[in-house]
Amino acid sequence: MNEILVVAGLTLREAVRRRLAWALFLLTVLVVVVTGWGFERFVALARQDGIAEDQLRLGVSQLLIMVAFMFSFVLAMVAVVFGSPAIAGDVESGVALAMLARPLRRSSYVVGRWLGLVAVVVAYAVVSGAMEIAVCGWITGWMPPQPVTAVLFLAGEGVVLLTFALALSTRLSMITGGAIAVVLFGLAWVIGLLGRFAALFGVDALQQAAAASQRLLPSDTFWIGATASLEPTHAQLAQAGFAGSIAAGRFGPFYVSGPPAAAELAWAIGWIALVLVAAVLLFERREA
Amino acid sequence: MSDAPGAPVAPQAGSRTPPVPAQRDGVAIRTVRLEKRYGRTVALAGLDVEVGRGEAFGFLGPNGAGKTTAVKLLLGLAYATSGEGWVLGAPLGDLDARRRVGYLPELFRYQPWLTAREVLELHCRLARLDGGRRPDAIATALRTVGLADRADDRVGGFSKGMQQRLGLGVALLGPPELVILDEPTSALDPIGRQDVRRIIHELTAQGVTVFLNSHLLTEVERVCDRVAVLDRGRVVATGTLAELLAARTVSLRVRGLSADAIASLGRFGRIAAPEDGRLTIDGLAPDSIPDLVAEAVRLGGRVYAVEPQQRTLEDRFLELLESGRA
Repeated sequence: MNEILVVAGLTLREAVRRRLAWALFLLTVLVVVVTGWGFERFVALARQDGIAEDQLRLGVSQLLIMVAFMFSFVLAMVAVVFGSPAIAGDVESGVALAMLARPLRRSSYVVGRWLGLVAVVVAYAVVSGAMEIAVCGWITGWMPPQPVTAVLFLAGEGVVLLTFALALSTRLSMITGGAIAVVLFGLAWVIGLLGRFAALFGVDALQQAAAASQRLLPSDTFWIGATASLEPTHAQLAQAGFAGSIAAGRFGPFYVSGPPAAAELAWAIGWIALVLVAAVLLFERREA
Repeated sequence: MSDAPGAPVAPQAGSRTPPVPAQRDGVAIRTVRLEKRYGRTVALAGLDVEVGRGEAFGFLGPNGAGKTTAVKLLLGLAYATSGEGWVLGAPLGDLDARRRVGYLPELFRYQPWLTAREVLELHCRLARLDGGRRPDAIATALRTVGLADRADDRVGGFSKGMQQRLGLGVALLGPPELVILDEPTSALDPIGRQDVRRIIHELTAQGVTVFLNSHLLTEVERVCDRVAVLDRGRVVATGTLAELLAARTVSLRVRGLSADAIASLGRFGRIAAPEDGRLTIDGLAPDSIPDLVAEAVRLGGRVYAVEPQQRTLEDRFLELLESGRA
């Protein structure tokens, strides 16, 4: 355990020393300021047009989900950028040679790298998500029903991509592993989106494809959880006059009927553990 | 190597080494028919090597001979296709044994965003050195490799030579019982090379085994007790330097030998066309010059001078490679 913490600590120190943490924080501040300005303009214009407060909040909730949607994409990319070189980079540069010649288990090295990067990705998701939601609430008066859960689900999505990229990095070069992770994430992302359109229009085959994709790369499971936590409650929707749309399941492509089922969430968490174990096994036989 | 002293061995093709016990007292490294293949490429073909504790052992070979592959197998960084090996009495790759091994890789790269002191601290932790012993170990390593005044500078700002010095410092942490140095002077200036020689001498004086992987023959010649020469994955010769470099040619200033007597000396080696009063014989067996001189005297010759023609390690190295490839 101690050696895992040594490697995890080294990874965290790398994030700080290479100014990665600072760069992410400053970019987050920039994004929050820009989107905060957007929220303020949206609310100001809506009020000018005499839109009812219930409907305005509903609009803000959708705007916030859209921002979260874009942020989830950025977070996934950040996770891939962190995960792809994590092990491949060390092996390719030769840094791993001296370390792996020590009494350091390969499994400790992989898990330590993963743990350190998970801390960075989760911190980034939590700080960015919390700042965005807080600014939205402060400017518009709208607070999603479960902000903490939403942020944790977003972080989970980042961890899925990070774990996947790290596993690829145990065997593939940085560029190859990164490219595969980005393309497959993009595919899962699009299929997930199409799946929700399919639900709107009742296309079963596409819905099944989306479900299968969700099993293979469960980033969408976490996105569904985040969306469900950011959506207005049924009562709020009904109050704003959208009860009929919900009953028909036609509120929009971002709309989800609820958080992921417990079995789906368990699979997604289990998937992370399985991929991490696979990463360890793959790296055990890799020659430095 | 397990061969008898005084008889440097050029292994016979297809020869089989008999089964051997896993480890012996006083042995730091032992490999038995260790082989590594990458697909159809043979990187190491049945390496049999034995290095005693406290010995400075040179592992020589041209580029691509399989030296670094052998080192990686010893350290568990790569896995043998077949064969066996033991390091400090434990099977290859054993974690506890690695705690007692220091290693300077040929490709020496350390985290550029850490300071030299932090790199050493990291390796102290990875080597599971007690917290109380770390500051002294780090200070000693820094002083030994001449980086004490750059201890708190980032490695990213170091020259290649300084990074190699740092790598040497990392290899000295522990303290180790075995130090494996893979081309340790490749980036060093003459002063740095001298320092490496000094460090190797100090290590062996303390009973530490040094396994020096190099193609710089003069370095090996200066510090190693024994060497093995590797070519295309095979050991082509092994022995002490004295054995490997023993004179194989001698020039005698001798008079009074009949033509028959000169011809009879041919059993010691090939006789070059005798000049007036000078006889040159090459292809001598090791340590046979005194017998040759005694025989020349017995046959009635009056010997005025005996001039063995010493070879350098480089001459011998090239000769071995040529004969191995012939």
